[in-house]
Amino acid sequence: MDPRKLRLGFLFAAGAIVLALLLPSGPRSPSLLPSPAIWQTTACAGLLFLCAAWMANARATAFGLAGITLAGGATLAMLRDPAIAGSAGTGFWMIVIAVWLAAALCVVNLAAMRPLRTDRQNILNILVPLLFGAVVFYLWEVGVRGFGVPPVLLPSPSAAAAKFASSLPTLCTDFVQTFVRGVLIGYAIGCGAGLLVAILAHRYAFLGRGLLPLGNFFSALPLVGIAPIMVMWFGFDWPSKAAVVALVTFFPMLVNALAGLSASGHIERDLMRSYAANHSQSLSKLYLPAAMPFIFNALKINATLALIGAIVAEFFGTPTQGIGFRISTEAGRMAIDMVWAEIALAALAGMGFYGLVALAERATTFWHPSYRT
Amino acid sequence: MRHPWVERYAPLATTVLVLIAIWYIAAIAMNLSLVRDAFEREETAYTLTDLISGTLSAERPLLPAPHQVAAAVYDSVFGYPPLAPRSLVYHSLVTLTATLLGFVLGALLGIVLALMIVHSRVLERSLMPWIICSQMVPILALAPIFIVVLGALGLHGLLPKSIISAYLCFFPIAIGMVKGFTSSEPQQIELMRTWSATSRQMLWKLRWPSAVPYLFASLKVAITISLIGAIVAELPTGAEAGIGARLLAGSYYGQTIQIWAALVASAVLASGLIGIVGLVERGVARRMGAH
Repeated sequence: MDPRKLRLGFLFAAGAIVLALLLPSGPRSPSLLPSPAIWQTTACAGLLFLCAAWMANARATAFGLAGITLAGGATLAMLRDPAIAGSAGTGFWMIVIAVWLAAALCVVNLAAMRPLRTDRQNILNILVPLLFGAVVFYLWEVGVRGFGVPPVLLPSPSAAAAKFASSLPTLCTDFVQTFVRGVLIGYAIGCGAGLLVAILAHRYAFLGRGLLPLGNFFSALPLVGIAPIMVMWFGFDWPSKAAVVALVTFFPMLVNALAGLSASGHIERDLMRSYAANHSQSLSKLYLPAAMPFIFNALKINATLALIGAIVAEFFGTPTQGIGFRISTEAGRMAIDMVWAEIALAALAGMGFYGLVALAERATTFWHPSYRT
Repeated sequence: MRHPWVERYAPLATTVLVLIAIWYIAAIAMNLSLVRDAFEREETAYTLTDLISGTLSAERPLLPAPHQVAAAVYDSVFGYPPLAPRSLVYHSLVTLTATLLGFVLGALLGIVLALMIVHSRVLERSLMPWIICSQMVPILALAPIFIVVLGALGLHGLLPKSIISAYLCFFPIAIGMVKGFTSSEPQQIELMRTWSATSRQMLWKLRWPSAVPYLFASLKVAITISLIGAIVAELPTGAEAGIGARLLAGSYYGQTIQIWAALVASAVLASGLIGIVGLVERGVARRMGAH
């Protein structure tokens, strides 16, 4: 990044800190920040920003990050004061603006760096989005508490996290009900059945030509709509959710696996024939390995579809547990922090599930060109 | 040599016929105990034909027979004026407007995000992982609180549903368009550079044309997702109109035939929307010189 722009940016950040020291930070605190400790921390952050502006090179990022941590910590400490939370003054927002500006500069600076060693590049690739996310969460927290947004509309991330920590047993039963029973069983049935039917359709070309257009048609339909019927057939408990998940995951797997099974080249097929391989041998040694990237593609698509299917199916009736059930009842009771805790749980489960599938893909299809770079 | 039509459509027709046959058999098997109980409660004598005809014409069957569903669809489409609250056309229209509005919003958002990501390395590095993470979150789980929050802000009806649709369908478009905008050949980019093309000229004359196939591929995915979003968004509000509301009402009152009719309506909507996108794609491709 252009050093002059960087210097100007950090100077603005330091200026905002100076303004923050002069302006009132709350309705009742007169001019300076409430306590000497916070005052000193903020001033320190301002000095660090000045240092960063003086250097204005790649090393300025480290000073900027230190300043961001100090100033951000100071604002969070100030929000503990009930006089400031909900009716923060200009001085408070000046610090927030300084943090935001310095963080933006640091992200830009980090993203522009091109280290030669790959391990440093990898660290950077994780650090940049992490910093970006941390800033978003910080602004969310400070904005909600500083402006005093009613928690019914949008709770602060810390409130949702506290709720998450305090209601772990409930979350645990919900997780088992929705994810372990509904999603995993349905996912296994749906993906397994899709793969089996695809193998059959690949063996018998007539079946394949009949099933492929149907599979394409059905995989484009809003299949979650089948949820009320499944609840009617299989009852309120997890079998109905597993059935919805199985149905939703079946068609993507069928279509993708069918495409994958016919992805092997003519030369390989001719080679198998010249070895006099029978169908099951060529299936296990040629067709299935060649189809692996397509199968994993379907597994990844299905990982997200499965969770959505199970949660939507719970809107139509459940025993009194489960992520979808909890979300709809707590939303009705306006306990939005619990809803956000459940959403965080679902997000963690979804990301973990997807990550596991991606790891398995890496271990199984390491030969694929996309992993050999 | 067989006729190419036979070659092409015979397997499909056979599969569909077999599926319908399985459906009839399943309908008889699943409704059998229901009908038998009814006969035994009334203590009337019954024969096998009575039983089977009973299973295929039950009022609240576990699985309605295909002709019952077809009759219900025909009845609710043509039996009422199109804007009556019992008409399936009315409910489909309600869902369709939410779907289309959400689709347009989501497509714009996706394209703008893709443009920003393609043009800024910082955004590519910092935003892209979060866009991907946002899809790991089961976003439909957000639908109920989204509707509650927007309702508290005084927004009702069409807009919340469309926002959920847009939030769902921006992702495939953003990902597809990032791929599309970066899919032009390095040689072509270098040619543009030798002509000292500005980045705007590069965008309009090279990046957009090479992104068009990706655009339509992702639009086809996005429009069904948008429809799913609109239908699910109608569930938690207990909305009085729309396909999702029909599904919910049907499941509350045990009106299975009504649920199936709503499902057929959503299938028709989905395939119609995909068909329209496909038509536009073919038209655009022809304008751009494809054969």
